[in-house]
Amino acid sequence: MTYIAKPAVRHPGLGANDLGLHMRDYEGTISTLCAGCGHDSVTAAVIQAFYELSIPPHRIAKMSGIGCSAKTPAYFVNEAHGFNGVHGRMPALATGANAANKDLHYIGISGDGDSLSIGLGQFCHAIRRNVNILYVLENNGVYGLTKGQFSACADVGSRSKRGVPNKSEPIDPVALALTLGATFVARGFSGDKQQLLPLLKAGLMHKGFAFLDVISPCVTFNDHVGSTKSYLYTRHHGHELVPVDFVPIRSEISASYEKGSRTSITMHDGSMVRFRKVPEDYDPTDRLSAYEHYRSLQNRGEVVTGLLYLDPGGEDMHDDNATTPTPLAELSHEDLCPGSEQMDALMEEFR
Amino acid sequence: MQPTDVSNPDYYHKVVDCQWGCPAHTNVPEYIRLIANGRYTDSFWLNRSSNVFPGILGRTCDRPCEPACRRTRVDGKPVAICRLKRVAADLRDPTDNRLPEIPVVKNGKHIALVGCGPASLTVCNDLMPLGYECTIFEALPRSGGLMRTNIPAFRLPVAVLEEEIDMILDMGVEIHYNTRIDSMKELLEEGYDAIFVGTGAPKGKELNNPGRQEAADNIHIGIEWLEAVHFGHVDSIGERVLVIGVGNTAMDCCRTSKRLGGTDIKVMARKSRPYFKASPWELEDAEEELVDIVENYSPKRFVLEDGRLVGMEFELVSWHKDEESGRLKATVHDTEILPCDDVILAIGQDNAFPWIERDIGIEFNHWDMPEVDRTTFMTTREGIFVGGDAAWGPENIIWAVEHGHQAAISIHNYCQGLSLTEDRPPQDQNLISAKMGMHEWAYSNDYNPSPRQKMKHVELVRRFEELSIEVEMGFDPEQTAREVERCLNCDIQTHFEAKLCIECDACIDICPVHCLTITVNGAEEDLRTRLMAPAENLTQDLMVSEGLPQTGRVMVKDEDLCVHCGLCAERCPTAAWDMRKFELLIPYAGQEAACPTHV
Ligand SMILES: Cc1cc2nc3c(=O)[nH]c(=O)nc-3n(C[C@H](O)[C@H](O)[C@H](O)COP(=O)(O)OP(=O)(O)OC[C@H]3O[C@@H](n4cnc5c(N)ncnc54)[C@H](O)[C@@H]3O)c2cc1C
Ligand SMILES: Cc1ncc(C[n+]2csc(CCOP(=O)(O)OP(=O)(O)O)c2C)c(N)n1
Ligand code: SF4
Ligand code: SF4
Ligand code: SF4
Ligand SMILES: [Mg+2]
Repeated sequence: MTYIAKPAVRHPGLGANDLGLHMRDYEGTISTLCAGCGHDSVTAAVIQAFYELSIPPHRIAKMSGIGCSAKTPAYFVNEAHGFNGVHGRMPALATGANAANKDLHYIGISGDGDSLSIGLGQFCHAIRRNVNILYVLENNGVYGLTKGQFSACADVGSRSKRGVPNKSEPIDPVALALTLGATFVARGFSGDKQQLLPLLKAGLMHKGFAFLDVISPCVTFNDHVGSTKSYLYTRHHGHELVPVDFVPIRSEISASYEKGSRTSITMHDGSMVRFRKVPEDYDPTDRLSAYEHYRSLQNRGEVVTGLLYLDPGGEDMHDDNATTPTPLAELSHEDLCPGSEQMDALMEEFR
Repeated sequence: MQPTDVSNPDYYHKVVDCQWGCPAHTNVPEYIRLIANGRYTDSFWLNRSSNVFPGILGRTCDRPCEPACRRTRVDGKPVAICRLKRVAADLRDPTDNRLPEIPVVKNGKHIALVGCGPASLTVCNDLMPLGYECTIFEALPRSGGLMRTNIPAFRLPVAVLEEEIDMILDMGVEIHYNTRIDSMKELLEEGYDAIFVGTGAPKGKELNNPGRQEAADNIHIGIEWLEAVHFGHVDSIGERVLVIGVGNTAMDCCRTSKRLGGTDIKVMARKSRPYFKASPWELEDAEEELVDIVENYSPKRFVLEDGRLVGMEFELVSWHKDEESGRLKATVHDTEILPCDDVILAIGQDNAFPWIERDIGIEFNHWDMPEVDRTTFMTTREGIFVGGDAAWGPENIIWAVEHGHQAAISIHNYCQGLSLTEDRPPQDQNLISAKMGMHEWAYSNDYNPSPRQKMKHVELVRRFEELSIEVEMGFDPEQTAREVERCLNCDIQTHFEAKLCIECDACIDICPVHCLTITVNGAEEDLRTRLMAPAENLTQDLMVSEGLPQTGRVMVKDEDLCVHCGLCAERCPTAAWDMRKFELLIPYAGQEAACPTHV
């Protein structure tokens, strides 16, 4: 917890984005998380991503449930819409909000407890429905807010702060998202913003369910020797599968990368994700190939990071359900509620 | 880059921009905090330990600290450092006397000082407590040098001046007024152990244009004229006055003219505003008093009628850069005669040493100035020292004070048979953690967005009634309370311990001005391009850490815009960052580096 307000000054050398907003305009209230919490770093990267993408703050919707991670939407983009719901229910809230207004940029922030224990069912169904959202799972292997109990994704053998090893098999959110058909699956690390930032940007611009697992150490309950979610462990075992760059629409293609060593994938709006140094036998647009790669590296004890799978098809829940082009929230009362006569006529069809 | 060596006092000293900019290295942020805590007396004595004349300087200092102030880079206007000094001097408890005791038994060494300006006075201030006997010879009937004779009373009340001079003279300094030294040789023969020359730059520059001799009655040399006004030899001037030159002397001349009967006063500048020598605030004060400042008028001749000055002819010029020499060159477009009753010449001062014989071992250079060592202030003749304006030409009070401190160290070493260079006591530092609790610091770390407080002035009509009415009224309590909070506490340093860092980025994320970066090390030019925010101010250092334990990268801090909010230290889970109060330990004559706050 920090008590003074962050000074209202900014570096004059840092410019403004296309909307004339400064990075500091995308900040939220000051964080009340523990000093050094990985979640605060994710927040900082989220701020930077929204700023660099020039997304108007009032076109952003921040959704979350319960947990230290779920508190963080309060710490970015003060001017955005937001809903902080019940533990594990963020996916349902986000689905509902998205159904009503599909034109906002949705970001859901969850934790490993929130998503993989009480909220596991909701999480799976949001993936299945392909809700257009960037779903960030701030993964620290514990329930931070309730003082550090192992979560469902704790690795076998990982030790608690008191030294007790975990014996239950973990639920792996990345593998789960890959198998359930998520159209964007990635993993980052809060301690590596250079990698995290393009993942966040690509996820925000992806149409459909974008899943981003972020290893985000809990300094207070899970950053000790013996933990597999600590800063040190992640640094020693991290394996970036493919470095990616996010190239926004309209920006020039820079020629600084070696030819032939990259794969570019154009997203639905014309922006691009560029994979650098793709291994020969790996295709990030092929789900099976992604899964095989992920599993084999994981079996070698590595924490695989990067954008693992991308389906740039550009369809989402609204396309599947052929909803109106105008968001429901913007339809007139007459169009939304055509009256009892219309209703009666409709009922008549089913008699 | 090599890891920054913060054990060298210069590194953190430089971060305290004001203190680094002050010739006497006054501990500005500490004295401002003392004022904030209502400890005016402590603040006064802390000031006095380095700048000797807080009340005088709080009204008149050239304030090199202010253009240096970090706050300028943050919100455009520096902290009103100088006027806060006046607050401390005005509100201190005058009965609380912390002057050092003067030994009754002297050390047997006798120093002669020529001139009683701030330079000589500072030497006495530093040497008297060590048991030296000091004898000052002053040509005029009063003490203080130009501080008294040239700085007008409406800027510096006589009572303030005398109080601070008397603190020194009352230490038992022997002073001979009306005693001009005409021969250094003779003075040497009197057998003093050392001699200090603090005679200033006493000669006003001449303007020998046609008509100068004939109209001499109504043409005055600025510094001589101000002195004559001070001593009451002059108490009026014509209605229309032309002041030639646009430095600070010109500002005092035009404003004094306003008070002696002048109604139409013009300050005539050869060049345009960006080239003016006067401090911006002095220009502002003169213009507030409805003095005209006329640009690009170059004096041509004095115009006389019936042997009396009636005006002055000027060339109207414009300036352009000469490609070959790179110098500014004037093109004359026209000429114009401006009518006037009096002209005051305020175009600069020269040194003059007619009284120093050239065959006594003091070398003079080709500007006819004595060779003076920049560190020791000694001439080429052992035992003779020079400081203040006499050393390298006109400067200001605070430089004279610093020269005095340095010369006193040398004189002491010289008299004690120590080396003036090798045995010079070095500066040192103290670093003390400012952490008091989880979110508590020993300073007010909250950023206050108040704008710089505007000094209130006595209303125009009232201030011209008498020469001695002080124009500036000083800050009122509300203004003081706001202005002290504008200080960014630059002496509370961000101190980094690389081995504790776990590279969680917390400090980097919280810093409001993005001055921290963790990155791969490199050369400085390269590093400066890879930081969170552009590091384009090359006058401000980068702090570079040792390699960090987890990745071997380095922590880099660009000192330029840090507001010393302490958030990096509050956010750091391992206390790798700490806020530490830096105290520069400044040595004075006869001391090891001493802590100035021990007042
Ligand atoms: C008009 C004017 C306004 C100024 N305003 C400011 C200001 O606002 N702030 C600021 O910081 N500075 C100001 N200055 C500059 C400042 O006053 C000087 O830089 C400072 O006083 C120099 O101190 P000093 O000790 O070297 O010598 P001085 O103050 O010049 O004192 C020298 C003394 O030596 C005496 N003397 C000279 N020759 C002999 C001799 N042969 N024998 C015996 N005595 C002798 C002189 O009578 C004089 O009293 C101003 C200067 C002028 C001219
Ligand atoms: C319905 C319900 N059950 C249980 C809780 C208690 N609870 C609060 S937060 C939390 C787990 C949070 O863990 P995670 O989502 O990983 O977030 P973290 O704090 O680690 O970021 C639990 C079980 C609750 N608030 N509501
Ligand atoms: S308990 Fe853990 S997860 Fe929660 S704020 Fe503290 S460090 Fe972060
Ligand atoms: S004190 Fe720390 S957080 Fe505050 S401005 Fe300076 S470096 Fe940044
Ligand atoms: S907050 Fe402390 S531990 Fe974390 S990166 Fe900064 S200095 Fe290192
Ligand atoms: Mg958790």
